[in-house]
Amino acid sequence: MSRRPAPRALAALAAMVLTAMFLTLGAGVAAAVEPDEMLSDPALEARAQHISKELRCVVCQNQNIDDSAAPLARDMRLMVRERLSAGDSDEQAKAFLVARYGNFVLLRPPFQPNTWALWLGPFIILGVAGAALVFASRTGAVDPADDAVEDDPLS
Amino acid sequence: MTLSRKMLLAASLAPLLVFGVLAVVLYFGLQQDPSTLPSVLIGKPAPTFALGPVRAGDTGFSRDDIRGKVVLVNVWGSWCGACKMEHPYLMELAAGGAPIYGVDWKDDPADGAKTLKMMGDPYVKVGNDQAGRLSLDLGVTGAPETFLIDRTGRIRYKQIGPITPEVWRGTLAPMIAKLEQGQ
Repeated sequence: MSRRPAPRALAALAAMVLTAMFLTLGAGVAAAVEPDEMLSDPALEARAQHISKELRCVVCQNQNIDDSAAPLARDMRLMVRERLSAGDSDEQAKAFLVARYGNFVLLRPPFQPNTWALWLGPFIILGVAGAALVFASRTGAVDPADDAVEDDPLS
Repeated sequence: MTLSRKMLLAASLAPLLVFGVLAVVLYFGLQQDPSTLPSVLIGKPAPTFALGPVRAGDTGFSRDDIRGKVVLVNVWGSWCGACKMEHPYLMELAAGGAPIYGVDWKDDPADGAKTLKMMGDPYVKVGNDQAGRLSLDLGVTGAPETFLIDRTGRIRYKQIGPITPEVWRGTLAPMIAKLEQGQ
């Protein structure tokens, strides 16, 4: 009898490993909201989850509070739900946390004087680069071959 | 054509210029520690609160306890390692008369009491904030954090991380002295 595992067993093993991998991948995407946090009103809960996706977990910085398992993120999720249950609008619920943690909690920074460069910068750079490109191609300076020819004394 | 030569020179200098600008931006940008956020609450009134006790048979800690006083409110927890590092220095400051009040954050009051029994109790008053409600109102992101609150109940300064002798001598002690003199 051969000591090597039968191909069929290998295939089964591979399938198991792949399944496990996909399951863990899926778990990473799932929200961190615990069932006991959820509101009984599905419409309100949906709003809470939508808002949570736009709020930064201040201890894990690049995660939103809907995804984060950090205890502070949980507190913030519960606070969003408390505000919504108390009749706050989405904007009011967000403003409540902004008043405490600053604009930093917003994953999408607001458009205001100190973020103009952030929002408009890429377009300005694109515009300048585009203009430079057009200008350069018109004068022919981009093509070194042109220049080389011109450098040549008439012969 | 000399014009195109100039253009070529300008074009070849452009990457250098971009590099220079980026270098300056990153030189300053990367020195900022993203984990220490400036508090938006500086200059704003401290929230109202009434916390339950940590010490057995105690009355806890509420907003009324600090009315009209210049105080430090220290957010800590028995689970917090940096707080344990800070603790001996808080004991030293309290022995010197510093008005330190405690908020035992996200902690079982019994665990908080045990820590105070073991390491000493530097707090004039200390309350439990297991639900994290007050700490959220204060915009706390981690422990320890210490708030300097003036006589009118306004937050004047937020120390993120342990109070060290440098922080005390360089920032907190002078600010407290000024606030106590001022009004």
